[in-house]
Amino acid sequence: MLTQKIEIRNLSVFYKSFRAVNDVTMPVYENKVTAIIGPSGCGKSTLLRSLNRMNDLVPGSHSEGEIILDGENLLDAGVDVVDVRRRVGMVFQRPNPFPMSVYDNIAYGPRLYGVKKKAILDEIVEESLRGAALWDDVKDKLKQSGMALSGGQQQRLCIARAIAIQPEVLLMDEPASALDPIATLRIEELVAQLQERYTIVIVTHNMQEAARVSDYTAFMMMNEQRAGELVEFDETAAIFTTPQDKRTEDYITGRFG
Amino acid sequence: MNGDIFAQVNLPRVYRRRKWVNNIILGLTGLTVILAGIPLVWIVIYVILKGWRVINLDFFIHLPTAMGATGGGVTNAIQGSIVMVIVAAIIAIPLALLIAFYLLYYPQTRLGVAIRFSTDLLSGVPSIVIGIFGYALFVLPFKHFSALAGGLVLAMIMLPVVVRSSEEMLKLVPKELREGSLALGAPEWKTSLSVILVAAMEGVVTGIMLGLARAIGETAPLLFTALGNEHYDVFGYIKQGIATNQSLWEIFHKILAEPTDALPLTLWKYAQQPYPERVEQSWGVALVLMLLVLLLNIGARTWLAWKRRQTHG
Repeated sequence: MLTQKIEIRNLSVFYKSFRAVNDVTMPVYENKVTAIIGPSGCGKSTLLRSLNRMNDLVPGSHSEGEIILDGENLLDAGVDVVDVRRRVGMVFQRPNPFPMSVYDNIAYGPRLYGVKKKAILDEIVEESLRGAALWDDVKDKLKQSGMALSGGQQQRLCIARAIAIQPEVLLMDEPASALDPIATLRIEELVAQLQERYTIVIVTHNMQEAARVSDYTAFMMMNEQRAGELVEFDETAAIFTTPQDKRTEDYITGRFG
Repeated sequence: MNGDIFAQVNLPRVYRRRKWVNNIILGLTGLTVILAGIPLVWIVIYVILKGWRVINLDFFIHLPTAMGATGGGVTNAIQGSIVMVIVAAIIAIPLALLIAFYLLYYPQTRLGVAIRFSTDLLSGVPSIVIGIFGYALFVLPFKHFSALAGGLVLAMIMLPVVVRSSEEMLKLVPKELREGSLALGAPEWKTSLSVILVAAMEGVVTGIMLGLARAIGETAPLLFTALGNEHYDVFGYIKQGIATNQSLWEIFHKILAEPTDALPLTLWKYAQQPYPERVEQSWGVALVLMLLVLLLNIGARTWLAWKRRQTHG
């Protein structure tokens, strides 16, 4: 049964006077993987970062429209940004492990929210690392620096770190673009597993990746004013086999972008 | 995960506590900003209030009058400061940039380590010690206090400031940029000047400004090298030189080899004299000194902004 976890309604995002995202309306379905694809600069990262209010960090940015998460508009003035970010986690393009041990990388989040008992932290660390398919790699080096791991392991560490605080939604901003093909494959497999527990939104440059990992795909493009617009949203199979919009077809067949 | 990890913590309580702590820390940081700002604003306002009355055109273009007489200006000090800072800048800036590039490319060689260590030491040497060193090196052999000697010691004051700040700024330039230029076959010197230095320009200029501000405010080393001269007047020397048909070299000699006054020197001398007019003028000198540093900074920032518009379209 398909339920909308997030509903994006008429969302526009501005950097000062520049409109980076223009009037996007689309659903994000629960326990599904939604991919956002499109050429560089089409606003897909900006759209993604709106979903956990990371754009707040950019001076001069503001948004119009609504992002409804479980009935609550995330853009409302009274919303606690910290709570939004606890519920909507994020994994970045470049692996960004903190300069501390593998264990502390994972425990960082739960500790923030008041989890102190060693036994519970131990359990969270193990569960999170298992969830990110990293446990077998690092179970004997939990005290080692997270920055000493390989690139692919670092990225899975960051995924483990994100799921350690049990978010409801996981945002991934080109999580595999800095990794080699084998590490990429493992991340993609991981996405498929994570989908059982989390609602995932993934931005990717790589159309094959979108086709492989996602259930739904949103295709974005810049309009004449260089603002990102949603061209088409549909089931991934439909987007890649019977796109309704000429521009979508041109893009996925590699005729531009 | 097995069960909700948040079942055992009281999340609203954690949030409430966090907000409290956040507000307290935010308040404290705001308070420290105010505390740090008070002395600065105080000094500026105090100097303006005490100094603005003696500032007029005469103050900038006239030499001092006889002690105890009213009127007159401090053009000797203003011109002397500018001449010596120019000398210091001409010597210290290219040298400092060369050293900074050396440290950038050879950070771990024995010489690199030694240079970094000695620049750090140099920046820690009390300026009066640099002054007496300058006296022994640049004054005694010529038996003459001079603007050149003053400029040289100011260069020594400037040098470590500019070296260390430039080195830090050059280090921030991504190495891909350097490699990109070298990969086109560009020689190392061209890469350094046209790519790396330009990329780091903003920080380098800020460091130079810091060095200049430091140099222009120094008093102690000038006591031993420039000494002071109530008749120092570059324009006067030039006028006189043209009138008496002196060569360019002779005029230059006059400008650089005469005992010279400087703003901080004048401030120091005037402030302790028994004549109220001079004490009042010393506040004016303080104000001019502050304005000069401010002007230098505004000038550099404007130039940088203009430059940035050129390179970034």
